[in-house]
Amino acid sequence: MPGRQQTYDVLVAGGGNAALCAAITARQAGASVLLVESAPKAFRGGNSRHTRNLRAMHAQPNAVLTDAYTEDEYWDDLLRVTGGNTDEALARMTIRASSGVFGWMQQAGVRFQPSLTGTLNLGRTNAFFLGGGKALVNAYYLTAERLGVEILYDSEVISLNLDDGTVRSIDITYRGFPETIYARCVVASSGGFQANLDWMREYWGDAVDNFVIRGTPYNRGRVLKNLLDQGVAAIGDPTQCHAVALDARAPKFDGGITTRLDSVPYSVVVNRNGDRFYDEGEDVWPKRYAIWGRLIAQQPGQIAYSICDAKAFPLFMPSVFPAIKADTLEELAAKLKLDPAKIRATIDSFNNAVKPGQSFDNLKLDGNRTQGLTPDKTNWARAVDKPPFYGYPLRPGITFTYLGVRVNDKAQVLMENGQAAGNLFASGEIMAGNILGKGYLAGFGMTIGTVFGRIAGQEAARRAGN
Amino acid sequence: MQETEAVARARRDIEICNACRYCEGFCAVFPAVELRREFAAGDISYLANLCHNCRGCYYACQYAPPHEWGVNVPAALAEVRAESYAAYAWPRPLAKAFARNGTLLSLAAALGIALVLALSILTNRSASFSTAQASFYDIIPLWAMQVTGTATFGFSLLAMAMGVRNFWRDAGPKHGRIGPSAVAIALWDVLSLKNLGGGGNGCNDNSEAFSMRRRWLHHAMFYGFLLCFAATATGFVYHAFLDWPAPYPLLSAPVLLGTVGGILMIAGTIGLLAMKFTDDPVPNVRRLLGGDVALLMLLALIAVSGLVLLAVRATGAMGLAMAVHLGCILAFFLVLPYSKMVHATYRSAALLRRAMERNIKPLGGD
Ligand SMILES: Cc1cc2nc3c(=O)[nH]c(=O)nc-3n(C[C@H](O)[C@H](O)[C@H](O)COP(=O)(O)OP(=O)(O)OC[C@H]3O[C@@H](n4cnc5c(N)ncnc54)[C@H](O)[C@@H]3O)c2cc1C
Ligand code: SF4
Ligand code: SF4
Repeated sequence: MPGRQQTYDVLVAGGGNAALCAAITARQAGASVLLVESAPKAFRGGNSRHTRNLRAMHAQPNAVLTDAYTEDEYWDDLLRVTGGNTDEALARMTIRASSGVFGWMQQAGVRFQPSLTGTLNLGRTNAFFLGGGKALVNAYYLTAERLGVEILYDSEVISLNLDDGTVRSIDITYRGFPETIYARCVVASSGGFQANLDWMREYWGDAVDNFVIRGTPYNRGRVLKNLLDQGVAAIGDPTQCHAVALDARAPKFDGGITTRLDSVPYSVVVNRNGDRFYDEGEDVWPKRYAIWGRLIAQQPGQIAYSICDAKAFPLFMPSVFPAIKADTLEELAAKLKLDPAKIRATIDSFNNAVKPGQSFDNLKLDGNRTQGLTPDKTNWARAVDKPPFYGYPLRPGITFTYLGVRVNDKAQVLMENGQAAGNLFASGEIMAGNILGKGYLAGFGMTIGTVFGRIAGQEAARRAGN
Repeated sequence: MQETEAVARARRDIEICNACRYCEGFCAVFPAVELRREFAAGDISYLANLCHNCRGCYYACQYAPPHEWGVNVPAALAEVRAESYAAYAWPRPLAKAFARNGTLLSLAAALGIALVLALSILTNRSASFSTAQASFYDIIPLWAMQVTGTATFGFSLLAMAMGVRNFWRDAGPKHGRIGPSAVAIALWDVLSLKNLGGGGNGCNDNSEAFSMRRRWLHHAMFYGFLLCFAATATGFVYHAFLDWPAPYPLLSAPVLLGTVGGILMIAGTIGLLAMKFTDDPVPNVRRLLGGDVALLMLLALIAVSGLVLLAVRATGAMGLAMAVHLGCILAFFLVLPYSKMVHATYRSAALLRRAMERNIKPLGGD
């Protein structure tokens, strides 16, 4: 194979946000860089191509963020969602660094939506990419190419051959053909393993056949497993993944953001036996949508059905697949392949448990609850009685996995013996578990990838230069 | 607007966008989408005419081909746009003119030139057709120009006005009044081409890279055209009211305006033509290329023949140059309501509807 006889300063494994930030930073610091992306060009960019925003600390309003978002408030938010499952030093370093990424990102071609123009109410904490994550990824690839980063698409990193805590060589396949590459430093930015259904099956059994993977099919955890097999320290619960409720008609992979469904708080949700199983109105949807993936994964056949009436239908975001619609509940149940009599009974007992005369307010927790059901619906409970009726089938949709490699504040990968691997760095989802051991904070994945990608690129270039 | 395959296809893409909304910062189309949940054929036509075809949303789309959903908003809307031109054409039977637009425009240009040539030879009193001293109006008498001009341009204006009326009935807002601020906003959008440039970064010509090329070229063509128009108008005023007949000296208003305008028009049209051949075919509609190219050529021809006319205005070649130039203009006036030129009126109307709806809150969101 011609061309790749040279020893690169830095090899970056992966082609998403974290990989690109590392590759561009290393190249800007003068290193020769090879980026190896397993996806073909058309599907490059991993899960990052499906993202939309990044969470950034800031002391005062700026062009893309309103108001202020302080380090302590950010940290409190993180502490709450992770339940303390985080590393405070690394987390605070990331939070502080998040305020300084805009200049660099803009220089690298990323554009943001002006604040206060979006439809989502996250304008204070999150900066939105103009055109979304794919536009960001496109901009980074253009910049990387312009700077002279060598990019291999359709090429998978198979093994980072570690010896005594140092990567000596890298085995890849280039368009299906094996090659060995030499690099002074390596940055692993190859994401989680949620698209590897066989690996997922180890923890979830055959339920994975009914899971939808929201992002790229290329995040198969090959590098992650390879490193963990060679004595790299693991972090994060391997059995855990971020799972949300999605429209069951979503494609198996790469359905992205549009397949989400926001109907649950205004619906009655039943499993395939026609039974309710959880309080649909426990909290506002952004705070609850991430538990519904798991809830549905625990139901028979990993499926559930959200049923609402004409009153509730206009209250949530339009969904990508049309709602299944019928004039009677029985007809709707039949269309959803549920037992009509059972659905009628469940909805009747729900409607009877709704306390009359409460005032409904979809903009806050209105305390509008049922009485005497197991489980009760504790907010936004209104009778489901105004035709036409609407239904959606729901499945668990997996965003990412939590298992990763342990790193230090220089993005160096740590071995099981606590030593830092000499020339191996990590950024992005593959190390996010160090900071986000549990739960999720909107926009934090891109923040971690950007901050650690930049650190890893800087450190790798520096080490390669010595 | 009829319910057609193109409308259904565009609606499907637009519904995906409405659940996604990642592109809302690019242009006026997405904020307009976010106001509604259901899209009648007229609404799709409105969105199609609102789209400036900058392709930002194609390169940014995570569902673009080869993704199984194959979302391609610029191409889907271009198809509907093309159909809408035929749907709103007046009088109805002439809607067929959009079917083979490239051929039609070329024929019209040839016919226009031939007609003016014949006319000028027939009406010529002296043998002045090729004499150096002849003024424009010796070649073709003013009355002949006025009659032909008024008749063709007048008819075109009427046809375009009826077209906009059809558009507004079908794709206009369902309620609301046309207020002065909405008109001002729409006018600014039209004159600045604000939406041709992906939220201020430029178009995607044939790759993910942004560029302002298309916007500048369109500006050159459009404002060049206006300058040429101003040149002709001043010339007419000089001749008719100031009793100062052509040819005018180099530093006179008509010659200066015409020269600068002509050069701008040539730069714009040739530049846009060149871009047609390097465009990425995926976010485009192939079968529209013929009409687009023919129109750009006709505009380029008008500009070139105008400059030639200026250059040879005091020589024996003036008569011929004059006939070709007027022939092109005649053709342009004739085909105006049956060419891509109608995009100017429908897009302006669509921008007006958007400006009228600017304060309505988007649906959903979290
Ligand atoms: C639908 C959706 C929406 C999201 N929205 C947001 C959001 O708005 N904000 C936010 O912060 N986060 C969001 N996230 C989470 C976010 O996607 C991740 O946190 C982030 O993209 C991680 O970046 P990364 O570069 O580490 O991984 P990725 O972007 O997934 O990149 C991993 C890359 O590695 C490549 N790869 C994998 N294995 C190999 C191998 N063996 N060899 C070579 N290459 C390999 C893949 O092809 C891919 O290019 C979202 C996730 C999803 C699924
Ligand atoms: S074009 Fe694609 S990315 Fe843009 S809003 Fe539509 S679906 Fe979303
Ligand atoms: S104007 Fe550009 S961004 Fe807007 S819809 Fe058309 S092609 Fe897409």
